Amino acid sequence: MDPQPTPVAYQDQVIRQFSVMTVAWGIVGMAVGVLLAAQLMFPALNFDTAWLSYGRLRPLHTNAVIFAFGGCALFATSYWCVQRTCRAPLFLPRLASFTFWGWQAVIVAAAITLPMGMTQGKEYAELEWPIDILIAAVWVSYAVVFFGTIAKRQVSHIYVANWFYGAFIIAVAVLHIINSLSIPVSLTKSYSVYGGAVDAMVQWWYGHNAVGFFLTAGFLGMMYYFVPKQAGRPIYSYRLSIVHFWALISVYMWAGPHHLHYTALPDWVQSLGMVFSLILLAPSWGGMINGIMTLSGAWHKLREDPILKFLIVSLSFYGMSTFEGPMMSIKTVNALSHYTDWTIGHVHSGALGWVAMISIGSIYMLIPRLWGKPQMHSVPAINLHFWLSTIGTVLYIVAMWIAGVMQGLMWRAVNDDGTLTYSFVESLKATYPFYGLRLAGGLIFLSGMLVMAWNVWKTIEPQAQPQRRALPAGAQA
Amino acid sequence: MNMLEQLSGFWHWFIVLLTLVSIAGCLWLLFANAKAPGGSDTGHVWDDDLREYNNPLPRWWLVLFVLTVVFALGYLAFYPGLGNFGGRLQWSSDGQMQQQLAQVEQARNQRYAALASRPIPANAVDPEARALGRGLFMANCAGCHGADARGALGFPNLADKDWLYGGDPEAILASIRDGRAGQMPNFNAMLKAEVVDDLVRTVRGWSDPALPAEVRERGMKQYAYTCAACHGPEGRGNPAIGVPNLADATWLHGGSYESVRQSILFGRRSNMPAHRDLLSDAEIHLLAAYVYGLAETP
Repeated sequence: MDPQPTPVAYQDQVIRQFSVMTVAWGIVGMAVGVLLAAQLMFPALNFDTAWLSYGRLRPLHTNAVIFAFGGCALFATSYWCVQRTCRAPLFLPRLASFTFWGWQAVIVAAAITLPMGMTQGKEYAELEWPIDILIAAVWVSYAVVFFGTIAKRQVSHIYVANWFYGAFIIAVAVLHIINSLSIPVSLTKSYSVYGGAVDAMVQWWYGHNAVGFFLTAGFLGMMYYFVPKQAGRPIYSYRLSIVHFWALISVYMWAGPHHLHYTALPDWVQSLGMVFSLILLAPSWGGMINGIMTLSGAWHKLREDPILKFLIVSLSFYGMSTFEGPMMSIKTVNALSHYTDWTIGHVHSGALGWVAMISIGSIYMLIPRLWGKPQMHSVPAINLHFWLSTIGTVLYIVAMWIAGVMQGLMWRAVNDDGTLTYSFVESLKATYPFYGLRLAGGLIFLSGMLVMAWNVWKTIEPQAQPQRRALPAGAQA
Repeated sequence: MNMLEQLSGFWHWFIVLLTLVSIAGCLWLLFANAKAPGGSDTGHVWDDDLREYNNPLPRWWLVLFVLTVVFALGYLAFYPGLGNFGGRLQWSSDGQMQQQLAQVEQARNQRYAALASRPIPANAVDPEARALGRGLFMANCAGCHGADARGALGFPNLADKDWLYGGDPEAILASIRDGRAGQMPNFNAMLKAEVVDDLVRTVRGWSDPALPAEVRERGMKQYAYTCAACHGPEGRGNPAIGVPNLADATWLHGGSYESVRQSILFGRRSNMPAHRDLLSDAEIHLLAAYVYGLAETP
């Protein structure tokens, strides 16, 4: 609209910091995941050391990949997107800098306290109360910076990516603060203010919306900026984005009880969780349609642009896991899938296929722009990374699908007299080969991240000052 | 439905209205935007080149959305969900569990009827009884005693002929039905430090000719005073009260020097839980036959 846009002094230092830490924490979190996958095959790999044991490292893995890797990617991309689409520099840049250092402090505190065994015992909300308070402070600062920037915008309309980022920031603040309410008994120990089935319900209202808002809405914001930008194509449908945005953020809030099927939770709560999870299918797919259809008319770009491949394949995994999720929420299916490795496979098709791949694609796009380079150091290396990620993800989820369905069938198999056909350890033994396949998938995915680290370093490494070359011997004559 | 699970009138209507309004809101959102006219481009531009088309909602997607809503409303009509309204089928998870349990129990009782009255040694060699017993063993015993019944540290091997509490059918039956509580007291306070080594070596080397005579002499002196009352002068133990034989090669809590020293100084507690409230008499009978058969068949 603006024929002669005046240049805006964007605040990019904090984005550079978050981008680099996205790669660093990605490698750390996934490396811990690979160690855990190996421990499931070879339990001796905990070396009889408490802080290397599975139960302590598992929350470190989940926190590192979701909140450290995913969180840094969301901070970086949202700060980039909100400035560019509002044509305004970040509101209170020093507060933005605090969100970076505060968030890193949270991650380091998590990496120390979780292996020490300090935990609130709530999945994805394990961190103890002093760290919870720091998270709340960082998050409120994030909201101030983000919405302050939107308030200062120089364009009349708020871009769709910012709706999603905004919903993600508000919802995560509400979820984190309500679920973490607890009574401290010491600096390192606290007890939840909720009890019994209410505690379980609050926890999974939080847990499922951590998926819905942190891992879905936030990354849809990323998708709505980076897919059309990289494809050079307009968003497919504005009205589809309206419908699926409002439907997604209102319906997700209901879906938590499907984590508690066939438990002490009252039947009516379980049913509501199930039917709203099913209604969630179409709103979830709205984002996939809008992303993939944005590329219509430019499919040829997929051939030469590995960044676009990352973005589009991530949308395919997104579509697949948001179909799988509602199916698994149906009580009859859940009776088979619950507590099996199918759930682990489902989570990783979302976490590796969707969250990680869209973040990786977006970071590849951001890095050269942030450091003023024409493109990444090596485009073939991005392509290699793309294939490592895709193959790693597929191996991982296929292994867990087979293992999960097999476990579900073995656990429910009963003899004529009602006794179980298989003991637990027999199902474990049958799972063993698939643990191996999963470990291979994880290793392949992690190796791709190492390729990325090299490529990012080669792109951003400080060049030696352009020295005047020693003149050839005869030149002075 | 249990009265405790009933919501008060306010919360019942709160849930009903919130649910129906949310579902209706989805439909309104969908149809309001399905009909809205729109050009091919909204005309907005962000960040130099970000634009938006305004294509209509894909038909198949709209139909999918409506279908999920129709399913949801149908489900809530038949199953519990809308507050205290239990659904037309009057289904409950507890009711479903009770019904399935009743089916299983009926099928099971039919199969057990003939076998439960046969003597244990007869069932122990009967393939059908053994198969049923194995199923019960896998579901109830394998967790501690192992799928192959060979036990683990602290959990006795049931597949050999060495029995802590006796291996006749009645003793096995009693172990399963009433449980067993084994206790080795701790002697840390009673033993002089210099005699502990002799005692440990004597107990470990009961039948070992290489054990120096003076060690055995000092060890046996202490043994006669501290240990023989339960373990017997010959170290053969006492199945009546579950005291292990020290002269054989079986060590429930480990036979290393450190393990035996630990047992003597700090004692051991073992607990086989009683199963009379967990399993029926017929099930215990079949289990006992299976376990009896493990030791009797090679």
